Amino acid sequence: MNLVAPNIIPAIPEITLLGLACLILVVDLFVEQHNRIVTYLLSQASLLIVFILTLSTFTGGETQFTFNNTFIRDAMSDVLKMGVYVAVFIVFLYAKDYLRQREMFKGEFYVLGLFGVLGMMILISAHNMLTVYLGLELLSLSMYAMVAMQRDSETASEAAMKYFVLGAIASGMLLYGMSMIYGVTGSLDLGEISHKAAAVANQPLMVFGMVFMIVGVAFKLGAVPFHMWVPDVYHGAPTSVTLYIASAPKIAAFAMLMRLLVDGLLVLQPHWQDILIILAIASMGIGNIVAIAQGNLKRMLAYSGISHVGFLMLGVLTGQQTGFAASMFYALSYALMSLGGFGMIVLLSRKGFEADNLADYKGLNDRSPWAAFMMLIFMFSMAGVPPFLGFWAKLSVLKEVVATGNLLWLAIVAVIFSIIGAYYYLRIIKLMYFDKPEDTQAISADIDLKVALSANSLLVLGMGLLPGGLMALCITAMTHH
Amino acid sequence: MIALSEFLILGAILFCLSVAGIFLNRKNVIILLMAIELMLLAVNMNFIAFSHYLGDTAGQVFVFFILTVAAAEAAIGLAILVVLFRSKRTINVDDLDTLKG
Repeated sequence: MNLVAPNIIPAIPEITLLGLACLILVVDLFVEQHNRIVTYLLSQASLLIVFILTLSTFTGGETQFTFNNTFIRDAMSDVLKMGVYVAVFIVFLYAKDYLRQREMFKGEFYVLGLFGVLGMMILISAHNMLTVYLGLELLSLSMYAMVAMQRDSETASEAAMKYFVLGAIASGMLLYGMSMIYGVTGSLDLGEISHKAAAVANQPLMVFGMVFMIVGVAFKLGAVPFHMWVPDVYHGAPTSVTLYIASAPKIAAFAMLMRLLVDGLLVLQPHWQDILIILAIASMGIGNIVAIAQGNLKRMLAYSGISHVGFLMLGVLTGQQTGFAASMFYALSYALMSLGGFGMIVLLSRKGFEADNLADYKGLNDRSPWAAFMMLIFMFSMAGVPPFLGFWAKLSVLKEVVATGNLLWLAIVAVIFSIIGAYYYLRIIKLMYFDKPEDTQAISADIDLKVALSANSLLVLGMGLLPGGLMALCITAMTHH
Repeated sequence: MIALSEFLILGAILFCLSVAGIFLNRKNVIILLMAIELMLLAVNMNFIAFSHYLGDTAGQVFVFFILTVAAAEAAIGLAILVVLFRSKRTINVDDLDTLKG
């Protein structure tokens, strides 16, 4: 038996973040409550450090394997990881004052958040069904605990319980599917599975396993009919945690879809294409139609998120590299828009007032024209109005669907649903600009939150005007895939 | 010699029992947690059976990881259950209806 030390270089960002998160966990014990800002600053510094580490080794092409091929580092993983760091950095920034006002400004939020980031990184870089499972569980367990953090809130604990039970079922389904695929191909390695899958593609067990795996991924993405947890968790959790759940994990779930279906089971593409078409139509339909009936902005954005997941799947189901790149663009830009939408709720909320009802947005233009304008940018972007970022995201996936030749009808269905969806986004803009304010208290927020939210909105507008850079990055990331 | 298919049928029966337990149970959240454990054990049964018949140990290694993660998951689940009981004074599944999905 000979032991060879694995090459740890490709996994340096993960190892560094693990060390830093453990360090922060210990340091936080010795920090007094009035100095809690130290934990916050250390967490932000760790995210910056791993960002620099990932960026400095970003080659844009070369694919590296390590730890007996269980871990892969390619251009896609680097770009998605950097997206995750940026998203979580913004979440921590937005959440600071919200947590402080509600006496939840504790180290746990940051430590769990960082372990969640580690889980997402492992999930993004997984090249073995075991690493997919471990990364997913590290992310999910951190998120269950974060939802339950507000211990005196009935809705938060109820949301946490629902999230936990449904998340555990999803993991069980995913594992059941994985056991079938393992039994047929005799391997857990996604690379080997893709080699052997061609010979056994017609075995019923293989398709059976694939269906269970898709159910597991759809649960995590929040696609209809596995979306029941999304509105309850978004609504019940404190807005600071909703910010986290609604942004970065979507990027990681996209990576999981790519790793399992494209890296592992590309041979079965004709089979999983049909399933993803059904999931995508159901998500876009139910998400956009039910969102109209919501009076709570967090629930409305939850259903809007479900419809965005439907759009995200449109690119993947084409089975083409350009389609994957379009979906990757969609995942990254959705994370940015979702951060902005929930960030606005954080901006308008104050101690004892959550600002999550649609009526709270009446006459926002009279109270603060800039806040109303930022909200307008996010809503137009989510609705897919040019020239905002969301328009290019929708356009690129639709273009890929049309390019397949035989799925034109699917693109038409998607456009119809997105027109239905525009109604509830525009309703908020109508409330802000044409109604009289009910709540007349001045908006008070720290300068860093205001600056960051302004930057976020200008980024959505600016990248909408110049979408070429991010699009080119996504295409490069996928061509070496 | 027991055939592989018999193990798979046992795994499938356990899996169906656990799913039925989750969706039919309207009484107690603890039963939900037990059903979730049963679901993971059904998967373990599959992995071990395949691993034995394939002569490949990777499946058994996976089972160790699943058992470990299941323990962590049960810890978090019970912790959430305690928080839930403190705020609502009940762990009845039907009473978890403040949020309507």
